[in-house]
Amino acid sequence: MCGIVGIYLKNKKYHKDLGKFLSGMMNNMATRGPDSAGFAIYSSEKKNKFKYSVCFTNINSSEVKKNLLKKIKDAKIKIISDHIVIETSLNPSKVLNIINKFENLSLVGYGNAIEIFKQVGNPKDVVKNFNLEKFSGSHAIGHTRMATESAITTDGSHPYSTGKDECLVHNGSLSNHNNLRRSLKKRGIKIKSQNDTEVAAGYISDGLSNNKSLKETLIDGLKDLDGFYTFISGTKNGMAIVRDEIACKPAVVAETNDYVAIASEFQAMAHLPGVNNAKIFEPDPGLVYSWGQ
Amino acid sequence: MKFDLKKISLSEVNEYLQNYNKKSNNRIFKITNPNGNHAICAGLKDDIEVNVDGHAGYYFAGMNMNAKIIINGNVGTGVAENMMSGVVHVKGNASQSAGATAHGGTLIIDGNTSSRCGISMKGVDIIVKGSVGHMSAFMAQSGNLLICGDAGEALGDSIYEAKIFIKGKVKSLGADCEEKKIDNNDKKILKSLLDKAGLNKENIQNFKMYGSARKLYNFNIDNVSEY
Repeated sequence: MCGIVGIYLKNKKYHKDLGKFLSGMMNNMATRGPDSAGFAIYSSEKKNKFKYSVCFTNINSSEVKKNLLKKIKDAKIKIISDHIVIETSLNPSKVLNIINKFENLSLVGYGNAIEIFKQVGNPKDVVKNFNLEKFSGSHAIGHTRMATESAITTDGSHPYSTGKDECLVHNGSLSNHNNLRRSLKKRGIKIKSQNDTEVAAGYISDGLSNNKSLKETLIDGLKDLDGFYTFISGTKNGMAIVRDEIACKPAVVAETNDYVAIASEFQAMAHLPGVNNAKIFEPDPGLVYSWGQ
Repeated sequence: MKFDLKKISLSEVNEYLQNYNKKSNNRIFKITNPNGNHAICAGLKDDIEVNVDGHAGYYFAGMNMNAKIIINGNVGTGVAENMMSGVVHVKGNASQSAGATAHGGTLIIDGNTSSRCGISMKGVDIIVKGSVGHMSAFMAQSGNLLICGDAGEALGDSIYEAKIFIKGKVKSLGADCEEKKIDNNDKKILKSLLDKAGLNKENIQNFKMYGSARKLYNFNIDNVSEY
């Protein structure tokens, strides 16, 4: 099953409420995916600085911080639950190298604007553990997972990020991900897990790195990604949704002058301000809808 | 009587309406704050009227018998699924599989429905004032589906003896579905459907009718790719 949600705020006055809106959406989708949850938050970017969201295991947080500060001198470090967000102006390839060398750390995603958090457990707990309500920003994407394709681990949780400031959540499953994984790896895309969604995320990264827009990439994906899916994908500038041609996997969009909200079911957005007067529609099969890019 | 779903649980409301005193004179109810919940007004059995204000989730008014249920909003997947009798009227849009497997009664949708509207319908009358998505009336066995707007791909795929009346464009027909000539009896059915939905101004000449070509009823090796 799985629940997916996304919200893009058109009106800046709501930026401070982003985390509150998204946590309500994820809590309401907990029934669709009780195994694990995750979310990506986009907030205003800091020029020349990158944020690295990293998950740590079997090590205490003060030790992680100490070790990282030895290697990255200007690092600003934020620790929330089992995640650490490192902000630094050091060259990304260097930072990624440093993170890779730590056995207990695994990179969840990085970019100028994005922060990603994901964890095994009931979404209601995950949302609390990461204090999602306190986050602010311009847009955000979330996922509640009922595992089908791969194990219930943090690596098997969504959102997947395989490129700078990119993320993808998925309700459904892909049938040609093994072939596609091989060909994307040959093209230099880094894919860590055996999960089908990470391959789709890699496909999007490949498209974006070839100067295609997110919308163009998702349109091409309708031919290349075989399976059933509703995807919500985010970049620094906005987000997009697409459903496969058969459209078994649900999605509903509510748009007002202030925001665009997307969710698997309407009940996920019933708490949003003015939603009863929003323009509410189901995305048509095989059509890409995008906002803010 | 009014029920606010913010204050009272859905199962309590459903249980109350399902077991309502048959002899009571007060037979009109209102439900507020549905907030996209699933299975609102499921399994009602008596001729009561329920008005719902807001948007509902999956299986709204499922298995309805006798009741008249009106919602001033949108509904999710499977509205009026397996309805036996009564009326369900959606003033907004409906998601996929509207009226799935319904045996009787009338389902009226003022807006559009997404895919598989009337899938495996077994006698219900479904009237959609807007358009329907792909694979509508898939394996529809009996009853009538009237569409004032357009239909998506593969309309009436593997249809049995249900009738489809449509005013707008059909993107494509499904396997074993073909246009039929409208005879006097069909005209009567069409007229009564339009009347039921208050569409008396519609001209029946503007509608086309589709039904089964009856080529897939028995296995035939020449049709193997169609099964």
